[in-house]
Formats: sequence, C-alpha cells, structure tokens
Amino acid sequence: MAQRHEPVNRRQGSTAAWVAAAGIAALAAVPVIALAASAGGDGGLTLGAPYIARVLRFTVLQATLSALIATALAIPLAHALAKRQRFPGRALLLKLFAVPLGLPQLVAVLGIIAVYGRQGILNDILAPVGTAEMPSVFGLQGILLAHVFFNLPLAVRFILTRLEAIPPENWRLAASLGFRSREVFRHLKWPHMRMTLPGVFALIFMLCITSFTVVLTLGGGPHATTLEVAIYQALRFDLDPALAARLAALQIALCAGLLLILQRFSMMVAMAPALRARAPRPDSGDRKGRLGDGLLILSGALFVALPIAGVVIDGLKADFLRLLGEPLLWRAAGFSLVIAVSAAGLATLAAAALASGIARSRGLKAQSLRITGNLVLLVPPLILAAGWFLILHRHLDPIALSPYAVVVINALMALPFALAVIEPSFRISFQMHDRLAASLGLEGLARFRLVEWPALRSSLALAALVAVLASLGEFGVIAFFGSQDLVTLPLLLYQRIGSYRFNDAAGIALLLLGLCLVLSWAIERRSPASLRTS
Amino acid sequence: MRAPVLEVKGVGFRYEDMAMEFDLAVSAGEFLALMGPSGSGKSTLLSLIAGFETPERGEILWEGRDITLLKPAERPLSIMFQDNNLFAHLDVRTNVALGIEPSARLGPKDEKRVAAALERVGLENLARRLPGELSGGERQRVALARMLVRRKPLLLLDEPFAALGPGLKKEMIALLKEIRRENGFTILLVTHDPNDARATAEQTAFMHDGRILAKRPTQEMFATTDIPELSDYLG
Repeated sequence: MAQRHEPVNRRQGSTAAWVAAAGIAALAAVPVIALAASAGGDGGLTLGAPYIARVLRFTVLQATLSALIATALAIPLAHALAKRQRFPGRALLLKLFAVPLGLPQLVAVLGIIAVYGRQGILNDILAPVGTAEMPSVFGLQGILLAHVFFNLPLAVRFILTRLEAIPPENWRLAASLGFRSREVFRHLKWPHMRMTLPGVFALIFMLCITSFTVVLTLGGGPHATTLEVAIYQALRFDLDPALAARLAALQIALCAGLLLILQRFSMMVAMAPALRARAPRPDSGDRKGRLGDGLLILSGALFVALPIAGVVIDGLKADFLRLLGEPLLWRAAGFSLVIAVSAAGLATLAAAALASGIARSRGLKAQSLRITGNLVLLVPPLILAAGWFLILHRHLDPIALSPYAVVVINALMALPFALAVIEPSFRISFQMHDRLAASLGLEGLARFRLVEWPALRSSLALAALVAVLASLGEFGVIAFFGSQDLVTLPLLLYQRIGSYRFNDAAGIALLLLGLCLVLSWAIERRSPASLRTS
Repeated sequence: MRAPVLEVKGVGFRYEDMAMEFDLAVSAGEFLALMGPSGSGKSTLLSLIAGFETPERGEILWEGRDITLLKPAERPLSIMFQDNNLFAHLDVRTNVALGIEPSARLGPKDEKRVAAALERVGLENLARRLPGELSGGERQRVALARMLVRRKPLLLLDEPFAALGPGLKKEMIALLKEIRRENGFTILLVTHDPNDARATAEQTAFMHDGRILAKRPTQEMFATTDIPELSDYLG
C-alpha cells in the first residue's frame, strides 16, 4: 500500500481533540469516583433498601407512562398533520411545537400550574359550569402532564418528518396501483410511522428518566420521587452521601442500558435518495375525516399553547416596576448571563476541538471522540453536580469554586447539542477543502483564517446560541450549587415560589420566557434549512 | 403504418417557468425511446401520460378513448422509476401481489400468477425477501414482475437502468425485450443514454426544452444531422 501523505494540519486538529476529550473525561470521571468512594463510607443509609426500590420503581414507572402517552398521542396527531398539508397557521403550529424543548422547565411547570392548577384557568372556566374540580396537578398525573407537554411535540416532529420523507415514487405507485385510503395507510404510512416508534419511545423514556425539575416541583414526597430528585435530597437535606452514591450508581446503570437500546434503534433503514418531484398525495384531498383531523390538530395546538399563554397571562399581572427595582433580580440576571455565555463558549470550543478530530479520523477513533462528547447521556448533569458538590464541600472551597462548577457542568450538558450542530459542517468542510488546502501549502493560522473560519463560523455561532439557550434555563445544577451569593434567574424563580411570592415568580417566568423565545427565534433563523422545523 | 394506439395531442403543461407542449403518436407494440437532455421534459411527459400531472390543455387518447382525466389507477398502463419501485417493508411476493389487488390478499389462482411472474424474471427463490436484501437489478426485476401480473398493455419506464452497472443493464434489457415479445407490450422508455435507445427501441423521439423535436426510427435518428440541438446533445 502506498504511503499516505498526512498533512501537518491533520495531526494538529487531532491533538486539540484528544486534549479536549481527556479534559471532558476527567471532569466526568472525577465526580463519579468521588461518589463511588462514599458509597460504602460513613453516614450510613438513613433510609434503607425499600426506599431505593420505591424510588427506582417510580422513576421507571413515570418515564414509561410519559413515553407511552406522548408516543400514543403523537401518532394520530402527526398523521393528521401529514394529511393536512395546507391549512392556515400550519407553519406557525410547527414553530409552536418547537417551543417546549427550548423552554426552561421551571417556566413550563409554572405555565402548567397556571392552566391546570387549583386556581388555574381551566378551573376558572369549569367552576361556573358546576363540574367537579380538576384533579390535582401535583403527583404522578402532574408529572405526566408536564412530560407529555415537553415530549409530545418532539414525538410529533419525529413521526411527521418520517411521513414526509416517504419517497414520492411510492406515492405515485400507490396512485398507479389504485390504493384506497385503507391501503395507503397499511402499506405506506403505517410502516413508516411504526419504524420511528421504538426510537421515539426510547428517546422520551431517556429524557424522562433524567427529568429533575418537573419531578422536584410537581412530585416530591416519598411516593413521587425519582432517582435524581432523591440524590439531590440525600445530599442537600439528609447529608447522606452513601445513599446518594447508591442512587447515582443505579441512575448511571439505567442510562447505560438505555443508551445501548437507543443505539440499536438509531440504525434504522436508510432510504434511497428520492426524486425531487411533486407527488400526488391520494390521502390529502380526502374530505372525509377533515373535521376529525381539524379537531385533533386544534387540541394538540391548544395543549401546547395554553401553558405558554398561562405564563404570559400570569406574568403580565406581576408588579414589574417593583420587581425590576430589585437588585437581586439584576444580580440573578447577570449571573445567568455570565454562566450561560461562559458555558456556551466552553461547550462550543470543546465541540469544535472534538469535531475537528472526528473529521480527521475514522472508525474507532472518531467513535470514541463522539462518545466523549456525549458523555452526559451516560452520566447525567445532575450526577456530575452531585459528585462535584461532594468534592467541593469535602476537600475544596465551595464558596469560591461553585460558580466554576456550575459553568463546567452546564458546558458538559450543552456539549451534545453543540457537537450535533457543529460536527456535520466540520466533516463536510474537511472533505471539501483538506486536500486542496494541503496542495496549496495552506497551514496553521492562515489556513484557519482562510479556509475553516469562513466555512464554519455560522455553525459555531449556532452551536453557541443553542448552548446559551440550554444553560439559561438550567435548574438542576444550580439547585445544588446555588446560595445567597450565587443566584440565577431560574433559582430566583424557584425561591420565590418557595416563599409563596407567586406574583414575582410569574414575572420572572415571563422574563425568562421572553429571553428564551428571542434566543429560539435567533437559532431558527440561523439554522440551515435541513434543521428547520417546517 | 398502423393506427396509433396512444396519442398525445397538443398537451400543454407549465412547470415553474417552463412552458411545455407535447404532440406524440405511438402505435401498438411500439418500443419508443424518449431521449433528451435533463430538464427537457421527458419525465414530465411520462407523468402526464401516467396521470400524476394534469395537462392545462390538450388531450391524451388510448385506442381513441380520452383518458386525460382518468385517475392513475384507471389508465391502461404500468410505470417503473429509477428507484423506490418497491415498498421497502413488504416482501417480494407482496410487492408483486399489489399489482393484482391493493390489499395483497389473493386467491390461489392469483397466487399462481404471482409465482409465475417471479419465475419469469428469475426470482422465484427470493419471494420472501425484503427489497433491502436484494441487489438493484433484482429490485427492478421485481417491479417488472409486477408489471407482468398487472397485464396493462402500456409500460412507462422512467430511466429504469440508470442505477445499474453495464452488465446488469444488459441483462435487464434482454429480459425486457423478451417479455415485450411474449406479451405484446407497448413501451415508452425515458433515457438520457443514447446507447439505451440503440439497444432497445425501434423508434426514438428527441426532446428539447419542453418539446418533442423529432420522432424517427432509431437508426435514422442517430444518423440525423438536420437538428442542431440533437447534434449538440450527442456531441
């Protein structure tokens, strides 16, 4: 085999990638080791094995039900949306469905309470009718409601994308072979929908297994607690590191098992590239079922829009003049911004280093770099927070170092998103330009300035925005490290709920909602067409 | 000359900012190649005949009967594309059975027809396979078997060999010619490769910019020098 010339740049890119990977691995491994070390340690278990079993059971139960309900509701909704390609507001509806994912969980929870709570909008409407009160929004049903709110739109978008990717030739064949709507569903649509379901279910299950904020606020009590909330309580209130360590080990094992399952489903049948042709959709002109589809789409839209509207309505009642006069609010906003921007910068840098390494290598090397970037899927941010919390409080200066811990963990949390945005463009740019640049002798900074930067800066900016959005609304990590001296907007919001100052909470929620919508809008505008919602 | 079996009369169609106008007559049992540069309207003409698109004016006749507004399934034809001719999650037998009955539930007599068609294209041992487990050439032969069981007299082939290597293409062309001889199909073949036209068709139509500039016996067409667009195209 001929000796392959390896451009200098290839090695440089790889070095940065491996340094970043080593750093990430260390930042994730150290807290896990710290937790492991306290597993058998002193303190002992204040609550025994039955408690752990109950928490584990509830964690799996709520995630299973959430994923089942969200997926089951998404099937008819996505089907109706695929069938009705043209109705006023369709594009807007798809944009609306992108909102819950970018929404801070605390804000969404407030919105859900505003709509479905005892004093909620729905009870106000139903009370004069004289019906019984709505069931409580707290406990399992509230957790499920919030999880479906977050994940139903996600599931709909996955299934809808798949339905819209059916090759036009298949639609034409269906027309040519005289399929009636029953056969179109049986031979064409259902098989494509069915293919997405295991992956969609597993993804939602995974998201709900690591759900912290929703369970902390709407659940609570020994009967509605998940592993992550139990870890938080064990460390912050019961001071029982041994219990936290055992719960964390369970959580990591659960995530590892799930990741293995998810991996299998991501290898779905790749379809051949289809003709770019307008295909007749025998089902779209179907007047039959128009009313049903319309009602379905309307209920889906209301389900997603109402809690957001609830945040706005309640927020507008807040006393903004007083709220904005509070120095604490400005301090919290300042901290939020500094933390989000630093975490985003760190995440983007790390993602860029990893992506350049992935673009330059293949096989096992590329795969291990990619896995490192997605390490928080295995060790969730809350476990990282728990581990670092232990280390800081036992061996280091918690007051001085907490802000850095928050930034680092937020960066790790945002890293998978940033990497997903950056990696494809790095790979394409490398494939397109590497040989040409090498043949022209472009190297080092000159090459970066002339070749990489112009091609990649828009995806870097997009990744940074996504990371800012992710850490701006983050609550679990700051719940660990927050103190009087370290308050972010979500933490301030939580504290105001805790002290029954709901007006203030609603005002802060509205501010956060506004910030996140502006960010989401900027992200949407910058996204390449392939990543856009519509 | 035999009376035309398929007539495309003054059919006008607009796609984006391209205005097309087609006139064509094909006689029974004819093998006609539609050749021309990409964007010349070859596939659009096929879509109009198949009923995937509706003409703005003009008419399409089959044996003198107006079929311009019939649904695709009601037209006397079968169509094959370059790709995605099969439903990826259904096995070979079921994909062929769909040509007889959209529910794919067949009586014993029709099952025999499916088996015979698969045998004719040499795939009798692959009836239970999924399309993803077949080669590109085998997938196109399944589509051919489905055309056989459909028993429609007109075959529309939209670049069916474009994704095949030279050897597979040759095999496929030989099979197509035999099947046509046995069944008396009339065939319209869209291709951008002059060699495909030479290897298959008695007649070749040359298309350019949404028009059919000429239709002649294939040998004659390739000797033609009076159409500058054709000379440019052939190089």
